[in-house]
Amino acid sequence: MSTITRPEADERDMVVMDLAKLRRVPWYRQPRWTRLFGMVLAAALLALATGPNASTDDIFFSVNESMTDGVRLPVCIALMVAFWAFFEFVPKAPVERAKATARANTVDMPAWQNTKKAFDKTPVKLGALAVVVVVLAVLPLFISTRWNQVLVGNVAVYVLLAIGLNVVVGWAGLLDLGFIAFFAIGAYSTAFWTGSLPTKPPVELNPFLAMPIAVVTCLIAGVLLGAPTLRLRGDYLAIVTLGFHEIVYLIANNANGFSGGSGGATNIPHPSVHLGFLDYEWELDPKPYWWLIMGMAAVVVFLFIRLEHSRVGRAWTAIREDEIAAAANGVNTVKYKLMAFAIGASTSGLAGGVYASKTGFISPESFKLMFSVLVLAYVIFGGMGSIWGVMVGTALLAWLPEYLKDWVDENDRITYLGALLVIMMIYRPQGLIPSRRRKRELTLAKEGIGDADAMTEPAGGRIA
Amino acid sequence: MTVQEFWDYLIPGIALGALYAVIAIGYTMVYGVLQLINFAHSEVFMVGGFAVLMVFTKIDFNDPSVGMSVLLVLLGFATAGFAGAGTAFALEKVAYRPLRKRNAPRLAFLISAIGASFLLSNLAGKLFGRNNHSLTIPFENKKVFTVMNAQVTVLQVLIVCSAVIMMIGLDLLVNRTKMGAGIRAVAQDAETAGLMGVDIDKVISRTFIVGGLLGGIAGFLFAMNSSVGYTMGFFPGITAFAAAVVGGIGNVRGAMLGGLLLGLVESFSSPLFGEEWRYVSAFVVLILVLMFRPTGILGERLGRTA
Repeated sequence: MSTITRPEADERDMVVMDLAKLRRVPWYRQPRWTRLFGMVLAAALLALATGPNASTDDIFFSVNESMTDGVRLPVCIALMVAFWAFFEFVPKAPVERAKATARANTVDMPAWQNTKKAFDKTPVKLGALAVVVVVLAVLPLFISTRWNQVLVGNVAVYVLLAIGLNVVVGWAGLLDLGFIAFFAIGAYSTAFWTGSLPTKPPVELNPFLAMPIAVVTCLIAGVLLGAPTLRLRGDYLAIVTLGFHEIVYLIANNANGFSGGSGGATNIPHPSVHLGFLDYEWELDPKPYWWLIMGMAAVVVFLFIRLEHSRVGRAWTAIREDEIAAAANGVNTVKYKLMAFAIGASTSGLAGGVYASKTGFISPESFKLMFSVLVLAYVIFGGMGSIWGVMVGTALLAWLPEYLKDWVDENDRITYLGALLVIMMIYRPQGLIPSRRRKRELTLAKEGIGDADAMTEPAGGRIA
Repeated sequence: MTVQEFWDYLIPGIALGALYAVIAIGYTMVYGVLQLINFAHSEVFMVGGFAVLMVFTKIDFNDPSVGMSVLLVLLGFATAGFAGAGTAFALEKVAYRPLRKRNAPRLAFLISAIGASFLLSNLAGKLFGRNNHSLTIPFENKKVFTVMNAQVTVLQVLIVCSAVIMMIGLDLLVNRTKMGAGIRAVAQDAETAGLMGVDIDKVISRTFIVGGLLGGIAGFLFAMNSSVGYTMGFFPGITAFAAAVVGGIGNVRGAMLGGLLLGLVESFSSPLFGEEWRYVSAFVVLILVLMFRPTGILGERLGRTA
C-alpha cells in the first residue's frame, strides 16, 4: 500500500491565510469574504429562480417581483449567509476531523477497508445483488401508474442508454456528444421494419424481430461514424459526433417522405411473443415493459462486465490512458476503438427499439441534442467507467425532474438540474460511485502524480 | 442557382459568417488557455442579447434621430459587452475555477459547463418568458448600396464592420500586448508560464472576459438581425464551435476563417438544398474538413496525434 503524505486541508488553509497577511491583501479580497460575496450573489440567483414566472407584456415583471416582492430576497440571503457562516466558523467535529486526516494522509483510504473487505467477498456481493434485483423486480407493483410510466419511459430507457455510452466514454475514453443519434436510428429502424413509416419495408415484422435488425443497423452506423473519425481525438471527436447527431436529427425532421417529418411515426405495434406454448403481448400497461427492459439490461450488464475484465476491456483502458503507448504495445487501436463505437451504438439501438415499440409513437422531438448531452451528464454524474455507478446516477437524474414536477413549475426543472450538475462537479467530480481504477487515478492526480484523465492529450494549444 | 441569387445570398452569408467568427473566437481562446470546450459560451451570447433588450425597453425610444441612433448603438455595444464579459467572468469563477483547483478530470469541466448552460438558459426562459422577443433596431434599416443588384442594409454593414474591428483589435491584443503575451504563454504551457511569473488565474480570468465581451456583442448584433429568446444561443453556439474547430481550435485566425466559411456555407445551402437543410450543411462541411485535415484548416499541433 503506497502512502503519500500531504499537508492537511486545514494546514493548507493556514498557509493561504498567512500568505494573505504577508501580502497585506485587503479584507475584501481574502477568500473568506469573497466567498461571502459569492454567496450573496448566489442568493440573488436563488431568489430569481424561485420567483414568479414572466408575464407576457412586461419583460421586467419577473425580475422586479422576485427582487422586491415581500421577503423572498432577504430570506434567500439569510439562508445563504447562514450556510456560509456554518462552513466558515463552526469548527468541525473531532471525529470528522480525525476521519479527514486519515483520508488525507493515505491514497488508499484505510478507513473504508474493513467494510469494503467484507463486501468484496463474492457470496456477500451476490447476495446483495440478488436483494437489489428482487426489490427492483417487485418495485412496479407498489407504485402508481404515473411512476410506472416514469420508471419505464425515462429511467429504464435512459439506464440502458447510459450503460451503452459508458462503454464509449467511460471505458474507451472516446468523447461522444451525439449518442442519441443511435437511439434515433434504432427507434426509426424499428418503426421502419414494423411498417410504421411512410416508406414501407419488404416484410412487416414483429417488433421483437425488428429490434435485432435495429441493433445491427446501429452497429453499422456506429462503425460508419467511427471509421472516418478514428484519427480525431478528444474534443475534435466531440464536435464531429455532435455534428453527426444534428445531421441524423435534421434528416429525421426534414425527410418527410422517409421519416414522417416532424410528425414522426405513429402506431408502432407493441411487441408480442407467439411461440407455441408462449403467447403474450405487451400492451399499454408499463409494468411488463419494466420487466422486459430489466431482463435486457441484465443480459447487457452481464456481458459488459465480462467484457470489461476481458482482453477487450483492458485494451480499451490502455487506449484511454495513452493511445500511443497502447499502439506501441501491440494493441490494435483501430479495431478496439471501432468496437467500442459499435457496441455502444448497438446498445443505444436496442434502447431505441424498446422505446419505439413501448410508446408506439416517435417524433424527432424525442431525439434532440439536449438528450445526448443529458445522457453524457448522467454517465459522468454516476461515475464514468463504473457500470453500477452509471446505472444509479442515471436512475437518480432521470427520476429527479419527474419528482420536481410536483414541487416546481414544469419548465424550471432543467434550471435545478443544471445547478445540481455544477455543484456535483465542484464537490464530487468523480461521480456518485466511481470505478476503482478511476478513483485511484483521481486521487493520484490530486497528489500531483499523473493526469486524472488521458481523454484529451493537452493540445499544447497556442493562440496564433 | 442563378448569378443574382449568388449575390443575394452572399451578403447575408458574409454578415452571418462575421458573427460566427466573433463567437468562435470566444470558444477558441478559452480552448487555447484551458484546452476545454466552454459549453456555456452560447449562454454568454444570449445574455448579451437580453441585456440590450432590457436597456432598450427601459429607454423606450421612438424613431430616433441619426445622432441618437449612433448613441443607442454604442450603448447597445457597451451593455452587451459588459453583460457578456460579466457572465463569462462569473462562469469561470463558478464552473471552472473550483474544478481547476481540485485538478478535476476534463469531462467534469464539460459537465459543469453544460450544467451552467442549462441553468442560465432556463433561468432566462423563466424570467423573460419562453417566447421570442423582437429587439427594436435603433435605426432605420434601409439599404445603403447595392452590389450587383443585391441590397446591402445598414445592419449588415454594421455587423461586418464591427466584427472586422473587433477581430483586428483582438488580433492586436493577442499578438502585441503584454496581456496577449500572457495569454499565449499560458496557452503554450501553463505550468512553465506560471514558473516564469505569469499569474495563470488572472490570465484565464481575462481570457474569459475578452471572449465574453466579444460573445455578448455578437449576441446584440445577432438579436438585431433576428430576435431575442432563451434558446437563441443554441444554434449559433454550436455552429460557432464547429467553426472554431474547422479553423483549427486554439487558433484565433482559424476561428475567423472557419466562422466566415460556415456562415457562407449555411447561407448558400438555403437556395441550393432548401431552407430546412441549412444547419446540416455546416456540419457536413465540418466532418469533411476534419476527415482530410484532422486538426482544422489552419491546423494546430494536436499533442502527439499522428
